Amino acid sequence: MSPILNVNNIEVIYKDVILVLKGMSLEVNEGKTVTILGNNGAGKTTTLKAISGILKSEDGEVTDGSIEFYGERIDKKYAEDIVRMGIFQVMEGRRVVEDMTVEENLFAGSHTQRNRQKKKQDLEMVYNYFPALGPRKRIMAGYISGGEQQMLVVGRALMSRPRLLLLDEPSMGLSPLLVSEIFKIIKKVSKEQRISILLVEQNARLALSIASHGYVMENGRIVLDDTVEKLMQNEDVKEFYLGLSEVGTKKSYRDVKHYRRRKRWLT
Amino acid sequence: MTENLAFFSQLIVTGLVLGSVYALVALGFVLIYKSTSVLNFAQGELLMLGAYICLALTIQAHIPFVWSFLLTLAFSFAFGLLVERTILRPMIGESIISVIMITIALSTVMRSIIQIIWGTETKVFPQIFSDEPIYFLGLFVAEIHLFSLGFAVICVAMFGLFFKFSSAGLAMRVTAFDQQVAQTMGINIKRIFALAWAISAIVSSIGGIILGNINGISNELAAMGLKVFPCVILGGLDSIIGAIVGGFMIGILENIAGGYLDPILGGGVKELAPFVFLIIILMIKPYGLFGKKLIERL
Repeated sequence: MSPILNVNNIEVIYKDVILVLKGMSLEVNEGKTVTILGNNGAGKTTTLKAISGILKSEDGEVTDGSIEFYGERIDKKYAEDIVRMGIFQVMEGRRVVEDMTVEENLFAGSHTQRNRQKKKQDLEMVYNYFPALGPRKRIMAGYISGGEQQMLVVGRALMSRPRLLLLDEPSMGLSPLLVSEIFKIIKKVSKEQRISILLVEQNARLALSIASHGYVMENGRIVLDDTVEKLMQNEDVKEFYLGLSEVGTKKSYRDVKHYRRRKRWLT
Repeated sequence: MTENLAFFSQLIVTGLVLGSVYALVALGFVLIYKSTSVLNFAQGELLMLGAYICLALTIQAHIPFVWSFLLTLAFSFAFGLLVERTILRPMIGESIISVIMITIALSTVMRSIIQIIWGTETKVFPQIFSDEPIYFLGLFVAEIHLFSLGFAVICVAMFGLFFKFSSAGLAMRVTAFDQQVAQTMGINIKRIFALAWAISAIVSSIGGIILGNINGISNELAAMGLKVFPCVILGGLDSIIGAIVGGFMIGILENIAGGYLDPILGGGVKELAPFVFLIIILMIKPYGLFGKKLIERL
């Protein structure tokens, strides 16, 4: 099976001088969930923005390599055309339109859909997946809770009937209980609607629990990629992303102070 | 009804009429500001242009008023698109000061061209509405006043529906709130910018035509562009409802101040009152009635 998204050795430069991605490659297969792990500033969000085309509005540019979606090159396309092709980015930080109601937010998400009948159907589908949104539909999105806002932005993305969803830190600032609820829903949606997901998460344990393949990113390039099962067994991933020591027990802070394991990959 | 009360109600009614025009023009102004963050100093000229075009079509081309009115709206729509495409779009990403300067330049150029074509003397529309006042809710109201009030209210209501239910209206609100979010939804924000200018030009020219029918058309119409500032500051620069409420309030306030103070001070209060009010609002409620409180962090 050939991948639906193929990021091929791309280089991204901001404002003509700042080199953020230095030869980044990844693949996403149909219906699969893929996650990118990495610490702050590694270039995870930039990767998502390069794919969705949002980069251009931030004075960033893909200067080398190519991005292909269903075999078609998209790295030179505008964001609005990329959305129409079926890629929807859910940006970090629950960016709901605060002065619009929940339902208006959802309708706005279906901007690329012209057919009113289908819009209504999709709305029903979103309320089905996120039952918490239904009773809130007439309320301004700025006034609903953080968890509901996160559901709203994911629901808004579903309204465009995407083939590939780019999720940027959906767990940020939410309680563990809510996070697991939202992830459960995302997993269900992905399976039932056959939507592929590219997930960026700080919470590595969570990300690895829903993905099938993972990439570890550092300093603008991929340093490790493997199936989730193998990544979980990898000593470095365990140490630096899952916070486990070699024997698999929780590590105490004292050990960290005394000895820090060197990463085995080259950066 | 006592003399005083009648006088007061008369002032209120004419204030409402004037206010409805202000509300329309302020709506256009806020639309541009909200979706493109451009302060448009050429709003008054857009209004003046609409009035002159309609007049020329009616008098010089002998087209019935209703048709010339509709043609003017079509022209304004195209003109708004043109201005955005040729003048404002290249300025995207430039500093606020240069964009403001551009709109000031645009206003001067437009006013001059209008003067070159149509001269400077005041012109009047052929009589479309009868002089006979209508007895309405216990008051004598000129037909034109009643018509413009009704029309402005219909316009405002239509825009309300547009922003609430149409896909383009929702897209405009998203763009106004957060351009990046709009882009992730597949909204073409450049098209939204153009649409904002086109709609703004349309509502301004409606305002211009109404005013032209009431007071005649001259260069002074452009000064109306400045009058929108008290309205939008009162309502809050980034609020569409605020613009409408602010427009009506300033219209009424201006009329009442003029009606009662002019005999004492000897005239001119009408022109002055909105701006005195502007200063007071800025001192006590700088974000306006409906504006978003925004803390600038340095």
